[in-house]
Amino acid sequence: MLYALKIATRYLTASKAQTALLVFGVAIGVFIFIFMSALIGGLAEFIMARTAGDMAHITIQAEAVDPALLLPHEGRTVLLVQEATSQATAVLKDTPALVPLIEAIPGVIGISPQINGSGFLTRGAQVMQVSINGLEPGKESVIANLASYITEGTANLGAGGVLLGKTLVDDMDLALGQTVRLQSSSGVDELLTITGVYEMGSGGPDRRQAYVSLATARTLFKLPQGVTRVEIKLADLYAADTIAPRIKALTGLDAKSWTEQAAQLLEALRAQAQTGYILKSFALLTIIIGVASALLLSTYRRRPEIGIMRAMGAGRWFVMVVFVSQGALIGLMGGLFGAAAGYGVLLAFPGRTSFAPGQSGLPIDITQGAYGLAIILTTLGAILASILPARAAARLDPVTAIGQ
Amino acid sequence: MTPLLEVQDLVKTFGSGEAETRVLRGLNLAMSTGELAALLGPSGSGKSTLLTILGTLMHPTSGSHTMLDVDLTTASDRSLTEFRNRHIGFVFQFHNLLPDFTALENVVFPTAVREGRETATARRRGEELLVRMGLAERIHFPTANLSGGQKQRVAVARALMNRPELVLADEPTGNLDRASAQQVMDLIAEINRDEGTTFLISTHDEKIAALCRRQIVVGDGLVTG
Ligand SMILES: Nc1ncnc2c1ncn2[C@@H]1O[C@H](COP(=O)(O)OP(=O)(O)OP(=O)(O)O)[C@@H](O)[C@H]1O
Ligand SMILES: [Mg+2]
Repeated sequence: MLYALKIATRYLTASKAQTALLVFGVAIGVFIFIFMSALIGGLAEFIMARTAGDMAHITIQAEAVDPALLLPHEGRTVLLVQEATSQATAVLKDTPALVPLIEAIPGVIGISPQINGSGFLTRGAQVMQVSINGLEPGKESVIANLASYITEGTANLGAGGVLLGKTLVDDMDLALGQTVRLQSSSGVDELLTITGVYEMGSGGPDRRQAYVSLATARTLFKLPQGVTRVEIKLADLYAADTIAPRIKALTGLDAKSWTEQAAQLLEALRAQAQTGYILKSFALLTIIIGVASALLLSTYRRRPEIGIMRAMGAGRWFVMVVFVSQGALIGLMGGLFGAAAGYGVLLAFPGRTSFAPGQSGLPIDITQGAYGLAIILTTLGAILASILPARAAARLDPVTAIGQ
Repeated sequence: MTPLLEVQDLVKTFGSGEAETRVLRGLNLAMSTGELAALLGPSGSGKSTLLTILGTLMHPTSGSHTMLDVDLTTASDRSLTEFRNRHIGFVFQFHNLLPDFTALENVVFPTAVREGRETATARRRGEELLVRMGLAERIHFPTANLSGGQKQRVAVARALMNRPELVLADEPTGNLDRASAQQVMDLIAEINRDEGTTFLISTHDEKIAALCRRQIVVGDGLVTG
């Protein structure tokens, strides 16, 4: 084995330029493999961080109770028209007891009981429809990182304060410190002071959202106790599908994973990953074809030598190992160079920290380069590629090979 | 003199049907240990074919082939490889050496390929052989840079590496000028005398043949003299 490896190494070093070119070719394939891994992996994380980063990973929504049907409906179709505003708000009553229970589940890093509803914001003659989010003071940034989006004032929600989006503030010509009237769908209105202005960069929340304290929301929606929704943040957002059922089992409440709502997003990410696999497979295929053809050429060129070695008592197996070792060495070297080059180039990109919302960054993740995998697959691929030429070499008839 | 090898009724045909060529047609030959024999015959008479069969690189179409009391006629590729490695040395006319290796590495090859590595003992023997071939200055020379005569002497050294009983040489001096050819033949004769190694050397050169103690002439697929 060791001796066959010596012969293989000598063959590779004997034609340095050719070997260098071959290794370079393999390294390019590996580089593409690694770059694709970092890009596809990074893109997925990037999209997740940008779209899913600010959303709740698990949501418990109070279930609206269907109104009882008083008409007998056998034999006829009943069209039920239900007005959202007129319906008594569904409430989760036992949250004070449930919160510590959910918080104790491993993987849960934040929990935010909320009262949500809709209402109208008025200042002077201007009226704007908004959705109202009542958050617990101190928990403003548990789900969406509100504090990071504040452009003026503060994210801290005090009594009598309201946080508004920049677009809304601009549209209504408002300013920090001014007083606005917020009227809820339950018909209650409150005079609130704008204590903070945020800019998330996406239309919806910046135009139509008003954050108030949970206490203010209680008054607005006439809910002395309970909440309408509990949002939960996890350390690993992909754990949502396993943790949601646990919460459901523990509390009896309908805890929903974000994936139920984000099926399309996940589908897109999956398709994207598949494209990545195809491209990576092509990179590997190119490597295999390149190595196979180069080695086939080499076995042809070295036919007389192979014949001589066989005449000197080298077995078929020995010849086989000589050529497979060449393939393995080329793969390993190309893999190492390609991985090093890939890492070096990826170092130039901003990296994962820039994925966070509000940062300018490219969706390339140096930690997802799959370097080890690239090196292993390339070496295995090159070995595979060398088997055909090696077999051809081993099966050569020594007499015709020597060609005297 | 003890019998070394024997072939009986050796037949070798190439191709089949219309294109069939009968090269050997029931050839008989026996050789004893310590012989120095020349193999003569016109071009195309089957000298190389016979050497290839005697060297176990090719099976005869029919007939028997024994050497050192081993029946080699139908032995497997694996056991023939092993047999060849231990008992037979080769010197060819062209492409004799591995061009990317030094003279010493070439000489040591038959031992190294068997032992799986180049041992110090093997290297020492290789060096001795090269010194004996008058190549003391060329031990670590890349063989690609050697002259034709030097290459053939390296090939002879390599053929002797595993102390084989038989060395088969197919026109070993065919490519060399008179002086180099003479030098190679002198070394072969010397080894034959000192070590008792049997040589069978095919040649078209009467002067070379005259240096051997026995002349075997092939013609029409048979030994004719
Ligand atoms: N593989 C083969 N297939 C078909 N015919 C072959 C093959 N090898 C040899 N022959 C034929 O067998 C005959 C003998 O060839 P061989 O090489 O043994 O002759 P030779 O005596 O060594 O000739 P030379 O002195 O020219 O080297 C020739 O006619 C040759 O064409
Ligand atoms: Mg010949």
